Amino acid sequence: MWGFSRAQAAALLVMVVLVVVSPAVLYPVFLMKVLCFALFACAFNLLIGYVGLLSFGHAAFFGMGSYISAWTAKNWGLSPELAILLGGLVGMALGVIVGWLAIKRQGLYFAMITLALSQMIYFICVEAPFTGGEDGIQQVPRGRLFGFISLNPDMAMYWVTAIVFLAGFLFIHRIVHSPFGQVLKAIRENEPRAVSLGYRTNDYKLIAFVLSTFVAGIAGGTKAIVFGIATLTDVHWSMSGEVVLITLLGGLGTIFGPVVGALVVSAMENYLAQFGAWVTVTQGVIFVACVLAFRRGIVGEIGAKLRLAL
Amino acid sequence: MLLSRRGLIGATAAAALPAVRARAQAPVLKLGVLNDMSGTYRDVSGPTSVACVRQAVEDSGAAARGLHIEVLSGDHQNKPDVGAGIARQWIDRDGVDVILDVPTSSVALAVATVAKEKNKVYINSGAGTPDLTGRQCNANTLHWSYDTYMLAASTGAATVKGGGDTWFFITADYVFGQQLQRDATTFVTRSGGRVLGAAAYPFPDTSDFSSFLLQAQASRAKVIGFANAGGDTVNCIKQAHEFGITQNGTRLAALLATLQVVHATGLETAQGLLLTESFYWDLNDRTRAFTKRVVSKSPTNYPNLEQAGAYAGALHYLKIAADMGAASAKADGAATVARMKATPFDDDAFGKGSIREDGRVMLPAFLFEVKKPSESRGEWDLYKLVATTPAEGAAPPLAEEHCPLVHT
Repeated sequence: MWGFSRAQAAALLVMVVLVVVSPAVLYPVFLMKVLCFALFACAFNLLIGYVGLLSFGHAAFFGMGSYISAWTAKNWGLSPELAILLGGLVGMALGVIVGWLAIKRQGLYFAMITLALSQMIYFICVEAPFTGGEDGIQQVPRGRLFGFISLNPDMAMYWVTAIVFLAGFLFIHRIVHSPFGQVLKAIRENEPRAVSLGYRTNDYKLIAFVLSTFVAGIAGGTKAIVFGIATLTDVHWSMSGEVVLITLLGGLGTIFGPVVGALVVSAMENYLAQFGAWVTVTQGVIFVACVLAFRRGIVGEIGAKLRLAL
Repeated sequence: MLLSRRGLIGATAAAALPAVRARAQAPVLKLGVLNDMSGTYRDVSGPTSVACVRQAVEDSGAAARGLHIEVLSGDHQNKPDVGAGIARQWIDRDGVDVILDVPTSSVALAVATVAKEKNKVYINSGAGTPDLTGRQCNANTLHWSYDTYMLAASTGAATVKGGGDTWFFITADYVFGQQLQRDATTFVTRSGGRVLGAAAYPFPDTSDFSSFLLQAQASRAKVIGFANAGGDTVNCIKQAHEFGITQNGTRLAALLATLQVVHATGLETAQGLLLTESFYWDLNDRTRAFTKRVVSKSPTNYPNLEQAGAYAGALHYLKIAADMGAASAKADGAATVARMKATPFDDDAFGKGSIREDGRVMLPAFLFEVKKPSESRGEWDLYKLVATTPAEGAAPPLAEEHCPLVHT
């Protein structure tokens, strides 16, 4: 069902069990952050892993989704599910514009155009009054789901985040394993051949781009509701870099890779915080070690070892 | 190869496990110093703030009064979500009672929300945003040391009184820079000065300020005000020095700069610069004694106003907590903060003072001029005092702050 191989179904089961069990062991707010980043990385992975498009500006969609959700939840008093959805839709709208411009070029030029446009969006966020400049949007209420379930308890918020994450994850998985996804992979492998077979590859790439930005916006919106803030960190280019690292570390073009990558990177940010200046040094060493020892990323290596596509 | 991979996986798993701490019998008061330990603000907050808080623990005599105290340190990397995340985790998992320092306005405001939600004590001495005691004030937050209003009031008004009555601003074009310029303009004009013009430059990513400096020079203003911070301020000072702008008597005023900025720039370049701090190590015998104690813990870096604020805040908190008893101080952050506001403080860094109902610590602001190299007697002998603005003049009137605490 849904295009899961037996191994993937087993891995999915393990992941769902972990998502359900881990809040009993680990700190729920930390886990929610991991889930938001995992979803963001899944969206990014849809492009880089399955279409071969390196977008270096995904923070723009993530950050804008986060700003829109925060702003509407705070100023319009929208309920969280609507605020998150609106964040996703705005991410998607931006994705249409940025994607339409960027897919006209390929490879490095594509990456540079997305970077340039996302920097423009960053500057808009620095200057625009609604974002609150470098203070960001603060004190965003978590609100009530569907108007009656309060999300203030961390566990309630956790289940909502988990459901959003799982829905997004299945959505991406479904895209990748659909006939549409097959065309995307064909474009990744050999675009001229896909063209020669009669596919309008630019249309396919644009649709994939827009779907990815929609999920990125959803991830950003969820993060804003969880933490009650939306700030420039989320639109900054270093966030675009972080999602590249998460995906590389977890495994490009693997369905579960971004999730594992998000867990590892967030754990480093979180649990190494007490070591002060050593955070960046340790992060660097771990990244170098991973690039040297796990070329295909953590999940990619495991998959290669077991001869499975995860 | 295989072994190293296993080793890496093991290390990652070990890092992901939460630290489990044994609970002691007597309640332990935990002070978390949350600041930048690895980035731009490491020198102005960082390890020296931690040293100051440890010094406060020693000076409070808390151990003698039967209090058990633990000091934690965390790196918020100047990211609000990381900062708020650490604050939540400290409070939920580690039982932290007080969060101190927290530079970077966005992080500072995010942590204020967490402290209020969890009813803990939050003593900010690192951030410059007036919102902490203004629109976003709450009953769990105290703001020590400074904010941009104080800086603008002192540098703007006191400089005009000293003869620098025509100004030109070089402003970082974002909310913080614009706010500094607006506040400073208010004080300059209120004191009878005139603002001849301003040049806004794109923020961030501007490193060449020559055209703005030449524009400022052409305006013939007596004072050039830098409404920016950090590396931009250093670049402005250095480039102004290279153009020889100060040689015809034009003064430079940095609206936000600390001891470390001047130390890093060097007296040769920074001489004559005007700036405001509410603490300087060489002000009087008490500040010198305090600094001597702290420097033994932080030998390469003298404390500035933010770090001294972390000291003073921690010291005042520990005195109140000792009076209330550790258990009741742990139980109710807002009540502890209310006691702190009601009790005047007296410490070596800031002397005697009190805290206003909006959470603002009332401190006089000192306008300093950076010494010439010939006047300096040591590595950290950098300032001479030019003017003092009393605490009331350095704080906005309560009614203007829009703090919800005050109207109720």
